[in-house]
Amino acid sequence: MSQETQSLENPTPHPFWVFLTGRHEGEAGDHARLKPKPFWNPYVAGVLLGVTLFAAFFVMGRGLGASGSLNRLTAFFYSLFSVEFAGSLAYYRGYFAGEGSLLAHYAIFQTLGVFLGGYVSASLGRRARLEVAQGPRSDTRSRLLWAFFGGFVMAWGARIARGCTSGQVLTGSANLALGSLIMFVCFFLGAYLMAYMVRKQWIH
Amino acid sequence: MDTLAPLFRGGWFGVETSFIVAFAIGFSFGTALEKAGFGNGRKLTAQFYLHDMAVYKVMFTAVATSLFLTALTTDLGLLDFSKVFVPPTYLWPQIVGGLLLGIGFVSGGYCPGTSVVSVASGKIDGMVYVLGFFAGLLVFPHFFEGLEPFYNSGALGVVSLFDHIPVAPTVIGSVILAVAIASFFGVTRLERMARARWSWARYGNLPEAPLD
Repeated sequence: MSQETQSLENPTPHPFWVFLTGRHEGEAGDHARLKPKPFWNPYVAGVLLGVTLFAAFFVMGRGLGASGSLNRLTAFFYSLFSVEFAGSLAYYRGYFAGEGSLLAHYAIFQTLGVFLGGYVSASLGRRARLEVAQGPRSDTRSRLLWAFFGGFVMAWGARIARGCTSGQVLTGSANLALGSLIMFVCFFLGAYLMAYMVRKQWIH
Repeated sequence: MDTLAPLFRGGWFGVETSFIVAFAIGFSFGTALEKAGFGNGRKLTAQFYLHDMAVYKVMFTAVATSLFLTALTTDLGLLDFSKVFVPPTYLWPQIVGGLLLGIGFVSGGYCPGTSVVSVASGKIDGMVYVLGFFAGLLVFPHFFEGLEPFYNSGALGVVSLFDHIPVAPTVIGSVILAVAIASFFGVTRLERMARARWSWARYGNLPEAPLD
């Protein structure tokens, strides 16, 4: 029996499970040996993304987002220690004005969906595995430092611009919002300007 | 009950149901990102070394598709565009924020949305990226009061070019769709040139990136 049919009969465990249990034998080993399926054609994936974005407008009247929900989680984290302190931060003034939990919000459920959608899609495509995405000549430690740096900088970028690549660049551009279209250009400009400096972790 | 979309704003369903809708939309969003290869930082950043323009292709395809459908449904009288959220324009913060997002993207390998997908597919660098993102979010509010004048600078209000171009939205949508398709031929040429000039092999085992 080929590995292919075996893997269909035995659902392959997630790498987190392998990571937690240290079990690499059995189906987990098969999972690691099987080649990931190729990605979709970018235009097909783009149309799915566009239809999803349109559905969000048509059904909800608002587009996609990611950084807003992470910001809500951060405010929630602060409020676990002290609601007064979290409420006293000017930046969170809108969050603590209303009733109900900070987490009972549209954006939080959307991000949960993104996580599960990504997980199911990666698992079905045999692309769910614990690894560091880096180029052939990158060393892992500096890659992880750059990853942390990138996350930190993007958090500031997203907060200053009132939204990230999803909430502003994608959603705003699709509504021809002037500021979002300018951001679309600045986003690519910033990345191309920085690309040479960080090339070692991605290319040579 | 309003017969026009957006359905939620027309009172077709309540807040609790909207959470389920949000989850479903998010699920589809996450699936599209993962299928495009955007759970992998190498695929995402290959854009900036001209070897794989998938980021541009997927984003512009998505924007043009959504824009066209929005324009069409508006013209058909199915969608009330004035009730769709359009991010207000704050010129300077969006220029600086956009540049920071670009710098962070090629350094970190992800953006907030794709980092969620990368964590879901087991990318360790994606997990570290998310930690960095949360660190940034934890620090930001403490500097917000000093930044607030800048944060509110260049305010132009809600400006959508839909309202400022005196032709039917569907015409605008069709033109943008045509521009998108034409530009894809251009960037694919650029991809071919880059791959011929600098060996694709130096990318090592990057998951297959079809040229089309």
